[in-house]
Amino acid sequence: MFNFPLANLLSEPVGVAHYVTVGAILFICGALCMATKRNALGVLMGIELVLNGANLNFVAFGSQYLRNDGHSLGLDGQLMALFVIVLAAAEAAVALAIALNFYNNHDSIDVDRADQLRG
Amino acid sequence: MDSIYWPTFFFYLFSGLACAFAVAVLLSSNIVRMAFYLVLSLGATAGLMFLAGAEFVGAMQLLIYVGGTLVLLIFGVMLTSQERFVVMKTWAGDWVKAFLAGGALLFILAYAAFSIPEWRGIERTEADAIVAQPTVTPIAMGLLGARTDDPSRAGYLLPFEIVSVHLLVVLIGAAYLARAKRSRSSIEKI
Amino acid sequence: MAPFLSQYIWTWLAYTIAGLVHVVLILNLVAVGALVFIWLERKISGRIQDRLGPTRVGGKFGWLQTLADGIKLLTKEDLAPAGADHFLFRIAPYVSFCASIAAFIAIPFAGGEYPWIAQHLNVGVFFVLAVLGLEVFGVILAGYSSASKWSLFGAMREAAQVVSYEVPLGMCVVVPVLIAGSLDLVVIGDSQAGSLLNWFIFHDPFTFIIFWVYCTCATASVNRAPFDLAEAESELVAGFHTEYSGLRWSFFFMAEYGSMFSVSILASILFLGGWHGPIPVTNFLDLSPENGPVLGYMGQLIGAVNVIGKGVFGVCIMMWIRWTLPRLRIDQVMATCLKYCTPIAAAMFLGATLWQLQMPGKAFFGLINVSPSVFAIGDGGSATRLVKPAESKQDVNEQDQIARKKPASLELAQKGL
Repeated sequence: MFNFPLANLLSEPVGVAHYVTVGAILFICGALCMATKRNALGVLMGIELVLNGANLNFVAFGSQYLRNDGHSLGLDGQLMALFVIVLAAAEAAVALAIALNFYNNHDSIDVDRADQLRG
Repeated sequence: MDSIYWPTFFFYLFSGLACAFAVAVLLSSNIVRMAFYLVLSLGATAGLMFLAGAEFVGAMQLLIYVGGTLVLLIFGVMLTSQERFVVMKTWAGDWVKAFLAGGALLFILAYAAFSIPEWRGIERTEADAIVAQPTVTPIAMGLLGARTDDPSRAGYLLPFEIVSVHLLVVLIGAAYLARAKRSRSSIEKI
Repeated sequence: MAPFLSQYIWTWLAYTIAGLVHVVLILNLVAVGALVFIWLERKISGRIQDRLGPTRVGGKFGWLQTLADGIKLLTKEDLAPAGADHFLFRIAPYVSFCASIAAFIAIPFAGGEYPWIAQHLNVGVFFVLAVLGLEVFGVILAGYSSASKWSLFGAMREAAQVVSYEVPLGMCVVVPVLIAGSLDLVVIGDSQAGSLLNWFIFHDPFTFIIFWVYCTCATASVNRAPFDLAEAESELVAGFHTEYSGLRWSFFFMAEYGSMFSVSILASILFLGGWHGPIPVTNFLDLSPENGPVLGYMGQLIGAVNVIGKGVFGVCIMMWIRWTLPRLRIDQVMATCLKYCTPIAAAMFLGATLWQLQMPGKAFFGLINVSPSVFAIGDGGSATRLVKPAESKQDVNEQDQIARKKPASLELAQKGL
């Protein structure tokens, strides 16, 4: 499955699979960021990376250069990516406001401190 | 060996940058450095979008994501950092579990992506034959509800309006959230 | 240039050489521009304050003063504070400088069929805005990493200011985009072809007002006085670059002058006709590519001189403002943006939209019919390109007829895309 020869690596056009793999790497980095960071803003950055990976997939599925078997998303992919970007900006604004509130209440940005609801 | 296909070369360049800086975001523990690596990663992703022929999305990525979001993030960093260079360590056990899970997921996703033959890329002669089409006008018309590429399908006027209203609500809400608490704490201090 | 070269040498070498030529041209423009602007700033500030400015170094007007300063800066010790985050501290000036130069990638210096531009993007306006917005990033990193209160205050002010001013700036920029019907800077510039009367600043009353809003916002977004809160020396020592010395400090300055120049050029392309001078000299002399490459080259050269001249003029205006007006307070800066610039820009945007709906195809406050410029339609795609050469040789009488055919060509352009 991964046996394409290295010599052809640079001489053949890339496909959707390559973009999806890059998207997967970004997604996983983001997900791990969300899981391992104790800083609320670090978690936020993880979310940005995840959204960015998803965005890259949308663009790749909509691109005419990566596959031409007629199943490309076309314009829809790019429009979806645009909506994701806008919503990500909105999400960042709200998350920043939440982080500020969190800091005001806890004097820290460490998400592990938010354990008042623990039983 | 055939001559190098330059879009592929630039794909590997930008994807290498994007992935390397995404990993750097993951591994770094200083929040401002994380933000810096994140900007570079997002910028490289914008380059990938330009390569995929989505220049409007790429420019928007640069303008909104990199320009707007990250300045906001850094602003937040400054408002919330108590020590000068905030470092919060992650437990070593968490790292091991995270890498195991992430590595397995990455393997499955990459395996799945490359196991679909249509996704493996098109032939070079076909790629050369594709005529580049500007995407700005079709996107704008699509957002206004009139698709130019396929008039039989519906446009995106309603989602566009919903997103606009959503943005407005979010802006007001964020301003309210950030403001109300601060004024209360300042009253408490008095 | 690259396809031409690749007939003779390897393709990769051709593209590398073509890229290097662009890079060298742009770097030189910014570096030499900074050299000239710093000297100009000293002369202008001197004259405004009723003194002479530099007079000794290099001849009568002291025009080598900046070079001497540069050599002095080179020999200075490159210090980093002990408490600094060294990696970010080192890299911050380069971030600013790269962002400021990268904006020039998408800025055309002459238009027409073969524009003088490093990379012809059909989202040029947004690209330039986005990359200019990145310049603030280096400033923030510098302020944060240098472990100094003054730097941090300066950087925080800068962050707040630039984020706020991007909103009205974006709105101002959208108005010429709306009139030209394209995000492509080449198309925007070429749709103002002709004389002074066709410039977008005189297109209607709304664009005339929004030009001044743009000037205000552009001055603020490049941190020039009276909006230079990030480096207010009376309160913050030197703001974000307090801890910097030597060459790194000079990179910040080059970045500042580079982005001043690029917002001025952007203003000239968006509102002031770009490479089309106030009097259409190139049209009188028939300096167009159809009459042979040499004449076309001459025409382009005059266009480039126009763009750069207007850019330098804009920078001089900024200097004039700097040495005339006192600095605002930070709350006044924010109030200017949020209470005045944004509402005015929004209202003017709405007005320009309605004007464009009511009187399409007019120029100079709707008083004259605009000469048809086919470039004004579509987004610089292949369809508009194909239409243009066929019509460009028509004489003036026939062009009136084309003006009435505009809706048809709009349809054509959209179908072609």
